[in-house]
Amino acid sequence: METEPVISLRAVTATLGSRPVLRGIDLTVRRGEVVALLGANGSGKSTAVRAAIGQVPLTGGEIELFGTPRARFRSWSRIGYVPQRTTAAGGVPATIREIVASGRLSRAKLGILTRADRAAITRAIETVGLGDRAGDSVNALSGGQHQRVLIARALASEPELLIMDEPMAGVDLASQEILAETLRAQVAGGATVLLVLHELGALEPLIDRAVVLRDGCVTHDGPPPQSLGQHALPGHDHVHPHTSSTEPIRTGLLT
Amino acid sequence: MITEMLQAPFMQRALIAAVLVGITAPAIGIYLVQRRQALMGDGIGHIAMTGVGLGFLLNTSPVWMAMAVAIVGVVAMELVRSYGKMLGDLALAMLFYGGMAGGLMLMSLSATGTNANLLSYLFGSLSTVSNADVTAIVVLAALVILVTVGLRRQLFAVSQDEEFARVTGLPVRALNLLIAITAAVTVTVAMRVVGLLLVSALMVVPVAAAQQISKSFAVTFTLAVVIGTSVTLAGTVTSYYQDVPPGATIVLGAIAVFIVLTAIATPLARRRARAVETPEASCALEVPSARTPGDSVKA
Repeated sequence: METEPVISLRAVTATLGSRPVLRGIDLTVRRGEVVALLGANGSGKSTAVRAAIGQVPLTGGEIELFGTPRARFRSWSRIGYVPQRTTAAGGVPATIREIVASGRLSRAKLGILTRADRAAITRAIETVGLGDRAGDSVNALSGGQHQRVLIARALASEPELLIMDEPMAGVDLASQEILAETLRAQVAGGATVLLVLHELGALEPLIDRAVVLRDGCVTHDGPPPQSLGQHALPGHDHVHPHTSSTEPIRTGLLT
Repeated sequence: MITEMLQAPFMQRALIAAVLVGITAPAIGIYLVQRRQALMGDGIGHIAMTGVGLGFLLNTSPVWMAMAVAIVGVVAMELVRSYGKMLGDLALAMLFYGGMAGGLMLMSLSATGTNANLLSYLFGSLSTVSNADVTAIVVLAALVILVTVGLRRQLFAVSQDEEFARVTGLPVRALNLLIAITAAVTVTVAMRVVGLLLVSALMVVPVAAAQQISKSFAVTFTLAVVIGTSVTLAGTVTSYYQDVPPGATIVLGAIAVFIVLTAIATPLARRRARAVETPEASCALEVPSARTPGDSVKA
């Protein structure tokens, strides 16, 4: 069944400084799909999602969100964004509720929260299992709980599309399960999801399609690789050196 | 004795200015602290120096000139921050020291500017607050309060996570400029009371003190404003009875509040942590049961 595309990138190129990071990416995410963007560090996966939501200037190509060219797209409340962060905290203490409430501003533009807005914020916090801690400072939370706050903030606008950049980074197993459960409920409710992942992990059963990037190009677009871990992915670059303890380190200085 | 103080017109003006500065400085300062730009106020103070010098040179109001130059300066800083991220730090340093040096130079070129005049702007001088100053301070303080309270959710979101704020569709660049300009206005408002060199302290120290004992942004905001107002009032009154500079008295008072609240907060936090702690959470070494003799392998 072909449904309408929610995100569509065509021949997208982008550079950071003078280095080309995206070298002609084509990526389409259709309504109701759960797509994982995989790849080694520096493959451009994070840049690709940030380009999709207008956080990276393009040097070429076209991007459409919900069928609207990105430059003219204004319905930001349809998108819930979870940026790559290790913490939800800022320089001043803030409660979970205060931070999640800022996700509602895409609907409550003037900053005036109605009863419905407040209810949506409460629901978002309960969805990630932090309902009893809504009034606590985020400074008192663990790494996994910080991610849950960031996801609740994205859910506060009741989005149709969730874009998550490495939501599982530094998250303990228990929190990973809660995150997977949250995502499952969102998908069951009809949400479309695009996530950047380092490995499929606990989310694997949810993923419809995996797109693998390597050096700014798409090298795989299809069913997710089976339970083999990232090392088995097509396009996985085996970059870390194998220095065995028996072999002396050759610096090249003496030869 | 108190009525005598309250009847002196210069003291009435000084107290009005002190209260308004005590409210506005922490109210905008909290957003600077939140985005980890606590020293921004100090930079603005340095830039405003050039404005004061220019005011003396051109024989116009140093306060309004300081505000104009400070606003131009922060807009430049904000643009540097958002475009040329590579040079951010150094460009800011140029702006700060250029502002300070420019102020000194212009002051020395002007016929009316004296060192004594300069000192009153550097360290504050409540007794010279004029009626026109009070009117300006009231109007500007009202604007600052309107922005920092009325737009608190938007400013909170932008200061907490700028990238996320952009994806919610907030006008992030406009809000950043608004924060910067409001900070510049506050610095020039506070300049007469605490002086340009200490104005940043009043934007930051009450916030730092408040966050020792609060866990939410809303409480930190309220408490910082209460602390700010208390120390500016207390400092002004003290400097009336004792011959001490108001700016220094106010800032030392704020630091004293910070120390007291930190001393109170440490055991409080410990008690809270203990209350949360469950019996299972306490650490216990898991001793493996002794090996049975059957395990041992004999050759």
